[in-house]
Amino acid sequence: MGEIKNSRETKELIQLSWRRSSRVKPIEYAFWVLAFTMPLVLSSHAMMISEIAITAIFALSLDLVLGFSGIVSLGHAAFFGLGAYGAALFAKFFFPDPIIGLLICTILGACLGAICSLTILRGTDLTRLMVTLGVALILLELANQMDWLTGGSDGLQGVLISPVLGRFEFDLTGFTAAWYSLSVALVMFFLARVLVNSPWGYTLRVIRDNRLRAMAIGIPVSKMLISMYTVAGAIAALAGGLLAQTTGFASLDVFAFDRSADLMLMLVIGGVGWLYGGIAGAVIFKVLQSELSSVTPQYWMFWIGLLLIILVHVGRDRLKSLFMFWSSARPKLESNEQNINTGKLG
Amino acid sequence: MSFNQTLQAEKVLSAINLVKTFGGVTATQNVTLHIHRGDRHALIGPNGAGKTTLINLLTGVLTPTSGNIELLGKDITNLAPNQRVQRGLVRTFQINQLFDSLTPLETLSLVVAQQMGQGSIWYRALGGPRDASRRNDQISLLERVEQLLEQFNLTDVMNIQTALMSYGKRRLLEMAIALACNPKILLLDEPVAGVPAGERDELLSTVANLPTDVSILLIEHDMDLVFNFARQMTVLVNGAVLTQGTPDQIANDAQVKAVYLGQTQIEGHTHA
Repeated sequence: MGEIKNSRETKELIQLSWRRSSRVKPIEYAFWVLAFTMPLVLSSHAMMISEIAITAIFALSLDLVLGFSGIVSLGHAAFFGLGAYGAALFAKFFFPDPIIGLLICTILGACLGAICSLTILRGTDLTRLMVTLGVALILLELANQMDWLTGGSDGLQGVLISPVLGRFEFDLTGFTAAWYSLSVALVMFFLARVLVNSPWGYTLRVIRDNRLRAMAIGIPVSKMLISMYTVAGAIAALAGGLLAQTTGFASLDVFAFDRSADLMLMLVIGGVGWLYGGIAGAVIFKVLQSELSSVTPQYWMFWIGLLLIILVHVGRDRLKSLFMFWSSARPKLESNEQNINTGKLG
Repeated sequence: MSFNQTLQAEKVLSAINLVKTFGGVTATQNVTLHIHRGDRHALIGPNGAGKTTLINLLTGVLTPTSGNIELLGKDITNLAPNQRVQRGLVRTFQINQLFDSLTPLETLSLVVAQQMGQGSIWYRALGGPRDASRRNDQISLLERVEQLLEQFNLTDVMNIQTALMSYGKRRLLEMAIALACNPKILLLDEPVAGVPAGERDELLSTVANLPTDVSILLIEHDMDLVFNFARQMTVLVNGAVLTQGTPDQIANDAQVKAVYLGQTQIEGHTHA
């Protein structure tokens, strides 16, 4: 009866591995508790905390595209900008409730994502870079031209958002903004967590790793990429909508190339294909930006550039071994090159 | 299934008058090939004979210039590769095509889930709650994955990232993925190519123990394996079928001897 026992042991091991990869780790709870206390600890920086949370959601969206599906994009601001203008216009002309506004801009983003997904199905990385960049530029110019609606280069002003849930008013302290953004970020992260650990999420990784074989095991690759890009578009637009709502303002820079490029920088700094990479990147980038620009207002990009070169050349793993606490969050052994392409949650 | 006799003769895969031209070059000339249920059919031919092109036509990577492909009596000539897989036409690759960032457990779990129609489920974890999968005496995901890991000796490496595994284990995973797709017909493209001697036996016995109800088309240069394994053979030369027959017939075929470079090897086997 030894074999039957062995088979049972194997099954238990398999179930253990399955559970381990999708389980929420204590350090994650600790992280989110810390994040939610930050506005109290750094009360003068509440608006910045809100902005970091928004950027993290935006990065999460690009991570689905770049990290989990291996599709490069230099125009992710297209979705972000659409969400920002969508939320601002909806609040100004239709209904000021923030949550309904978020739903509307998420739907808009999903529609744009579904349409644009047709542009990323075929072609090489270079063509995708150009096409995604092109879409963002087109939307930027549309927003610029339609100044009767968007305010053109002056931006869309006078957006008034009603209190969240009818109780928490957006004010100058930024507390409502920070907790509102953090709450949405929390919801999006746990949604994304479910997504990337599901068969749907693994299917995307499989397509990223080897598209030929993905087809050869019966995966409808195009259909999967369309659904992925739709979800990513929705999340990015949601982030844009949050920015417009928390600042009460939408301007052309929501579509700017810088926004797409910075986002990719953040993901590379934080680590792609790992949900918390976007958060880590957003925190590091925004804090560095804020600190360095107060020391050297004109040259802070120099230090970001230096950090990027060190990261890519020395390798995140070797840097990481300096910070042992990281390794408990990411125990898998990975080489430097793979870290750029793969990586995984926990 | 008890009506074995009739099933034995059933054609699983048929290529009928397949032609493929690239510009002015004809890579496949009027190839007609029938694989029956349970067949162990080998496709041999010198380098450049068009074996790979034929495989790509059968699996749908390439579209034939003319001719038809039938799977279980249904025309599949215009189906996409993934649709053919869903109908039971599955291949392995000469050069491993694996998912390097995943572990064998994750890979096989996904492939099996995909075959069970759960590939686009987004709301629960891969291998999550073992709910409805036991209905209709369907083998549950867990049992199927466990069985595949055992069958291909991958249990001890199931949690190692695929990129870090030995070549022999990667080769086994290559076949395990294909078998996880529940093939009715399996195209094995040089399964032992490049496998070091120490890991070869494990692989050969796995090939020999593949389920008998799965029809197999084997493309292989290794004549030991071909003559041990095949019960039918097709010899492909310059994109056309030179001859078809049992291994004995092929080994004694004058045309084959004249054309095929492995002449001495083939003779060696008939005398053995």
